[in-house]
Amino acid sequence: MTEQAAGEPDFDVIVVGAGPAGSVTATLLARQGLSVVLVERGDTPGAKNLSGGVLYGRVLDEVFPGFVDQAPVERRITRHVTTFLTADSSVAIDYAGGPLAAPVNAVTVLRARFDPWLAERAEEAGAFLMPGVRVDSLLTEPGPGASPRVVGVRAGDDELRARVVVAADGVNSFLARSIGLRPKPPEHHLAVGVKAVVGLPRRVIEDRFGVTGDEGAAHAIVGDCTLGIGGGAFLYTNTESLSIGVVLRLDDLVRSGRTAVEVFEHCLAHPGLAPYLRDGEVLEYGSHLVAEGGLGMVGQVVGDGLVVVGEAAGLTINSGLTVRGMDLAIGSAVAAARGVGEAVAAGDTSATGLAAYRRHLDESFVMQDLRTYAKAPAFLERGRMYGAYGELAAGLFHDVFSLDGSPRRHLAATAWRAVRRSPVTIGQLMSDGWAGVRAL
Amino acid sequence: MGGGARAVNPQTTAERLGHNRFVLDEAESHIEIDQEVCRRTGTGKRLVAVCPAGVYSELEDGTILAEYAACLECGTCLAVASPGALRWHYPRGGFGVGFREG
Repeated sequence: MTEQAAGEPDFDVIVVGAGPAGSVTATLLARQGLSVVLVERGDTPGAKNLSGGVLYGRVLDEVFPGFVDQAPVERRITRHVTTFLTADSSVAIDYAGGPLAAPVNAVTVLRARFDPWLAERAEEAGAFLMPGVRVDSLLTEPGPGASPRVVGVRAGDDELRARVVVAADGVNSFLARSIGLRPKPPEHHLAVGVKAVVGLPRRVIEDRFGVTGDEGAAHAIVGDCTLGIGGGAFLYTNTESLSIGVVLRLDDLVRSGRTAVEVFEHCLAHPGLAPYLRDGEVLEYGSHLVAEGGLGMVGQVVGDGLVVVGEAAGLTINSGLTVRGMDLAIGSAVAAARGVGEAVAAGDTSATGLAAYRRHLDESFVMQDLRTYAKAPAFLERGRMYGAYGELAAGLFHDVFSLDGSPRRHLAATAWRAVRRSPVTIGQLMSDGWAGVRAL
Repeated sequence: MGGGARAVNPQTTAERLGHNRFVLDEAESHIEIDQEVCRRTGTGKRLVAVCPAGVYSELEDGTILAEYAACLECGTCLAVASPGALRWHYPRGGFGVGFREG
């Protein structure tokens, strides 16, 4: 930075944030021979990063073939359980799929262990890792258009210049927001995730969750675990711990008059979940802001000298059954590395040149899936998902299994009676069913 | 269910936070509250409700306190704050929470 002409870039690319989006972007750009610096505010990569814990790994396998055998992943998910919970009952769909084990579909990860491995791959490819440095702002100059041109970043008294800055700075996305690429999302599209990592012996986990070896289970739970607040709970198996948490939609949480802590503690003690956690010791407690708006929350991902990847770009999907962020982050990183590489090679890193990233992103599974699930956020805002349907399902199965001496009826009649007794009307059931089929 | 066995330990937020690693920045807080805007917009109650670390608390006179040392750096407070009520950014590099699990 010392003996150079003013304005001459220090690097081809500065990547801000060493999460999956940032480290994969840095790896792929360095593999192309570009000079890349990866700036991370944590004193080690992963120190600031937290997720529920399930990574759908196919896309990462394309970048690092066989990563599940090399990276510090926890368990390979072969069992997905979706549960509707009431105060005293639960109804679950339990899919135990042997074919999910090979090729590996999803794994649990603990980010403080997993993210350092990814950052090491970026370093191995030739990127320069700069940990413990908080980027304070973008360095800008008047651009050709209305918006300023990004020429680098400022961290304390230091300035770093580059042809392109990659904002991989996570859901709060201060960098993208500072130049108006991403407006503040509405509260009904945001949720707070509250999580504890609970230590238990390996054997206890395998016995309780019905898995063996390095197999694992992922439970998604809706209903009374969040006291009916929009969102849900998750319970994932790690090698020698569980990740248990709630995700609470902010508008609903504020309206409920309850606190996030209160709901999380209710969930931990819930009779439907407590048996899995019994005698566990909390190893760590964390939280993460979750953007649940899907396609509607994807902001502009390209500016003059700037691209935005991962959660910073609003790339998350909640389909009701699967919650995805990390695989979309990696998918956007692949698209960004291609687009940025092309723009640098062509000597045009303006928004026009970098638009190649947006095109690659649009063609990738990332935007295809976001478009597929475009109606999911609105569907999942229907409040009946978090209370009434659990009551309905629990009522139905109670009537099916409770032989109380009353004359038996055929299943259809029993179901009809359960609907009539539940808070759900036939009209609502049909409306939600139709909307659900189209949204999910 | 449960059979009288212990639930997850520990059970309070403060105790759970006690298992985390924090490096306290004694020189500066990364959270600043504008009490006047907070009071006028009702932001204080929202901060208290949403923060998973219990960083925010409200005194009887409505003043909002921020115990920034316990912050988990999720940014949820900023998402629910009315414009001007809260200044919140990440702690300086190397400070704040340092996850060992994540």
